[in-house]
Amino acid sequence: MRRRSLRVPLAMFAALALVPLLRALGVPLGGFVPLLLERAMVFAIAAMSLDFILGIGGLLSFGHAAPLVIGAYTVAILDSAGITEAAIVVPVAVLAAGLYAALTGVVALRTRGINFIMITLAFAQMVYFGVASLAQYGGDDGYTLYSRTQVLGQAWLSEQHFYVTALIVLGLVWALLRRIAASRFGRALAAVRQNRVRVQALGLDAFAIELTAMVIAAMICAVAGVLMANEAEFVSPAYGAWARSGDLMVMVILGGVGSLHGAILGALVVVLAEEGMGRLTEHWPLLYGPALVLCVLFLRGGLAGIGGRRG
Amino acid sequence: MTLFIVQALNGFQLGMLLFLIAAGLTLVFGVMKFVNLAHGVQYMLGAYLGVTFAHLTGSFWLGLLGAAVVAGLVGLALERLIFRHLYGRGELDQVLATFGVLITLNEVVRTLWGSSPLELAMPDALSSTFQLVPGLRYPVYRVALSLAGIVVALLLALVVNRTRVGMLIRAGATSQEMVSALGVDIGRLFRLVFGVGAMMAGFAGVLAAPLVSVEPGMGDNLLILAFVVIVIGGVGSIRGAFVAAIVVGLVDTLGRELITALAKAVLSGPQADLLGPALASMLIYLVMAGVLAIRPAGLFAARA
Repeated sequence: MRRRSLRVPLAMFAALALVPLLRALGVPLGGFVPLLLERAMVFAIAAMSLDFILGIGGLLSFGHAAPLVIGAYTVAILDSAGITEAAIVVPVAVLAAGLYAALTGVVALRTRGINFIMITLAFAQMVYFGVASLAQYGGDDGYTLYSRTQVLGQAWLSEQHFYVTALIVLGLVWALLRRIAASRFGRALAAVRQNRVRVQALGLDAFAIELTAMVIAAMICAVAGVLMANEAEFVSPAYGAWARSGDLMVMVILGGVGSLHGAILGALVVVLAEEGMGRLTEHWPLLYGPALVLCVLFLRGGLAGIGGRRG
Repeated sequence: MTLFIVQALNGFQLGMLLFLIAAGLTLVFGVMKFVNLAHGVQYMLGAYLGVTFAHLTGSFWLGLLGAAVVAGLVGLALERLIFRHLYGRGELDQVLATFGVLITLNEVVRTLWGSSPLELAMPDALSSTFQLVPGLRYPVYRVALSLAGIVVALLLALVVNRTRVGMLIRAGATSQEMVSALGVDIGRLFRLVFGVGAMMAGFAGVLAAPLVSVEPGMGDNLLILAFVVIVIGGVGSIRGAFVAAIVVGLVDTLGRELITALAKAVLSGPQADLLGPALASMLIYLVMAGVLAIRPAGLFAARA
């Protein structure tokens, strides 16, 4: 991969690592900024997984909140059964989201373009209504966890350690997706985006490649869901609302499609901007919405594309 | 049995509302290849404007007229200001920009009218009930709503299939460049289709207002249902939208009853209470998946 492209993401990780470092040195940061960054990192994981299929695979999924909410509800459902060990919770969440992606992908991938967008959106809405009707787990009101998930018996997801854990997971996911993108499979996926017919002429199964990519993305997104449930100690159907899918898409586009680390940047900007605008006025969508429109109209290539040519 | 009839009628009504929204959406997509997430906003605007105009003028009918016209004008203004610049762009840009418009307008409505739900009284002439079958009275207004939907559908079919403008719309859906090259002002055609689509959604919003609570974001869920309608019916097809709207409306109301009853009959106790509603709320999406599995382009796909 391009060496130069490592500079921005590594700088970003270094900046994120400053927070626990400063905290360890006794610098008073307050609880607020780290909390916001935790939120942003969790979203960044979800957004990166979306960028994998959207940017590299060219699959415009408008339903990426579905694996997120599946991951979160796995935590809730297992929590009510008294299971809070990540060694069980994470695999179950990952498998559930992967299964969802495989089943819906088989249908959605029969179509292209606008139909694909609408179908992924519709399936995500199905999951949303599905979890909202789970009266046992609070229905529309959501479900408060009894306890956070433990990692091999360690409290790595507790309030104290969450930041570092999220940062490590974020780094691992970034490295993993980068590896996959650079692999034979990743190149084939990018090739399907560029010229499907040619890929098939080469004897590769474009459908299988895309479906696999969707499953991988959903599985990673489910991990973000598990983290999100732990961060808030609460899950609600709102995690899977369609506006959430839109937000994830905004993060990816804003950061720059297909660059992976752009999604991290996008998530940081969106989460911080929402917070900032929310402090200015309770009607912050009046700022956010137009900003979004202007970004689409004038800022092609996203933030990662500023100052450099698109790779 | 009476419950079945009532639910079937309610389902048909939901279908008509969905058709009024989906028709504009599918035409706009068919002719302009433009994805408009903000289309549901027109429905919401229609409802709000209807409430306000009816309140100001004291007449439901003037409210209906005013709201439909103003919703159409708002649609045209959006087209002029923003959407026009997105026609040549990819679907992704279109989705995001219209998502931004949707967020903005939802909040504009919340700012202007407040978050608490509003109500609109039915017009006096239609506010009574009539005897449907012995022992069952049904609101006249709901029947009128269904009839209005059917009339609009027929008018639309007439215009699209029998008039010069309709011919241009159909031709535009097949090949924009060719129509444009033949000297037709394609931009004007776009605006016309867009304005009419926005007006129909606004019209649907006013019609629905007496039956639902008028609140910010009320168009969002309906928009997604309209997407399901379009996907099932086939993108760009008015006939498909009509048939699929009725299917979705009926499945969503009747299917809900059936599944819940079925779950209660087959399973027992807490499982039925858990699975029934969950399955019922997923039903239309499963139907969509089923249709797509057999016909990926929808039931009445326009030629690719």
